[in-house]
Amino acid sequence: MYAQMVDTGANKLRALEDMGPEERAFQERVDADVKIEPKDWMPEAYRKTLIRQISQHAHSEIVGMLPEGNWITRAPSLKRKAILMAKVQDEAGHGLYLYAAAETLGVSRDQLVADLHAGKAKYSSIFNYPTLTWADIGAIGWLVDGAAIMNQIPLCRCSFGPYSRAMIRVCKEESFHQRQGFDIMMTLCRGSAEQKAMAQDALNRWWWPSLMMFGPPDAVSNDELRQRFVDQTVPQADYLGITMPDPELKWNAERGHYDFGPIDWDELYNVVKGNGPCNRDRLQTRVKAWEEGAWVREAALAYAEKRAARAQKAA
Amino acid sequence: MERSEWPLWEIFIRSQHGLAHKHVGSLHAPDPEMAIKNARDVYTRRNEGVSIWAVRSADVTATAPGEKGPLFEPANSKIYRHPTFFPMPDEVKHI
Repeated sequence: MYAQMVDTGANKLRALEDMGPEERAFQERVDADVKIEPKDWMPEAYRKTLIRQISQHAHSEIVGMLPEGNWITRAPSLKRKAILMAKVQDEAGHGLYLYAAAETLGVSRDQLVADLHAGKAKYSSIFNYPTLTWADIGAIGWLVDGAAIMNQIPLCRCSFGPYSRAMIRVCKEESFHQRQGFDIMMTLCRGSAEQKAMAQDALNRWWWPSLMMFGPPDAVSNDELRQRFVDQTVPQADYLGITMPDPELKWNAERGHYDFGPIDWDELYNVVKGNGPCNRDRLQTRVKAWEEGAWVREAALAYAEKRAARAQKAA
Repeated sequence: MERSEWPLWEIFIRSQHGLAHKHVGSLHAPDPEMAIKNARDVYTRRNEGVSIWAVRSADVTATAPGEKGPLFEPANSKIYRHPTFFPMPDEVKHI
């Protein structure tokens, strides 16, 4: 998931009769599928969890631009370059929709960015893996965006209006991302033996981290979504003529699902802790971009203030 | 630390089909021109609109959630404002 392991700060569910009148009215609206809007009363834990989850999601979109941005200058054709730029631009847009949704909860953009840069706020671990070859761009679109879509569709129905509306917009644009990735894989798999080997190598490296995106197996829904992702993706790999790096993967006719091997959760926890292949590099790149852009942001603001002052004087 | 954040703007887009401008979200920009340019990039990457309005969020006056009752409930009892309130005989056409 793009927002992973968000701590809700709540450790028990309370019955409706144990709640105060405001909280009860809030809970009844949520139960009736009425969206909660920024100015409505909401429990503090709800607000905090939302800020944490939405900002983590926004950070993931922004940091997610880095592994793919790495290949813009080396895309194999002008067409692929234009498509990749459009995709990376979409990720920037998604980050902005989400930051704006988080800001409706009374937190400033600067604060959210500062929390990311200080390592206090997380982003999806998947972006801490490197993009070693062009085939990785295909694998990311096909698998990482595919897994993200599956995780994000339920968020379109979430109880907080601004988050739900942002997610509807995001989901509308994501399917282009997945298809362009599959299209890259398809081209490579129909190419030379070396190109096909490149596609297989990218699949080998991205498959398990993609499965980890559904989160640890402590929630039923994580495993259900993961199973659905495996069931949808394996036939797509069959079509491409490449294989998942999992010797235990096989169709289970009785269950009507694919069985797959155990996931190495130590790897995920290690990446979450900051020890993935690219954690330091990703954060450093973001901090550098932020700091080196500071003078532009300041100059734009100073210019706007100067012009406003001049207009006022003239009036 | 920089001086302050760019102000927040609310963005309204009119789609091609002759509908009214519709609120699509918000963004930060230092001035009106940049707000429009950013809105173009953030909210119309797929021909979503043919016209953009950008309004400073600070200039928006909004109703408070607590006023919902007194403001909107009076309309509930005025069902005669809807055409379906008036039953029409089957023989009468085009009305």
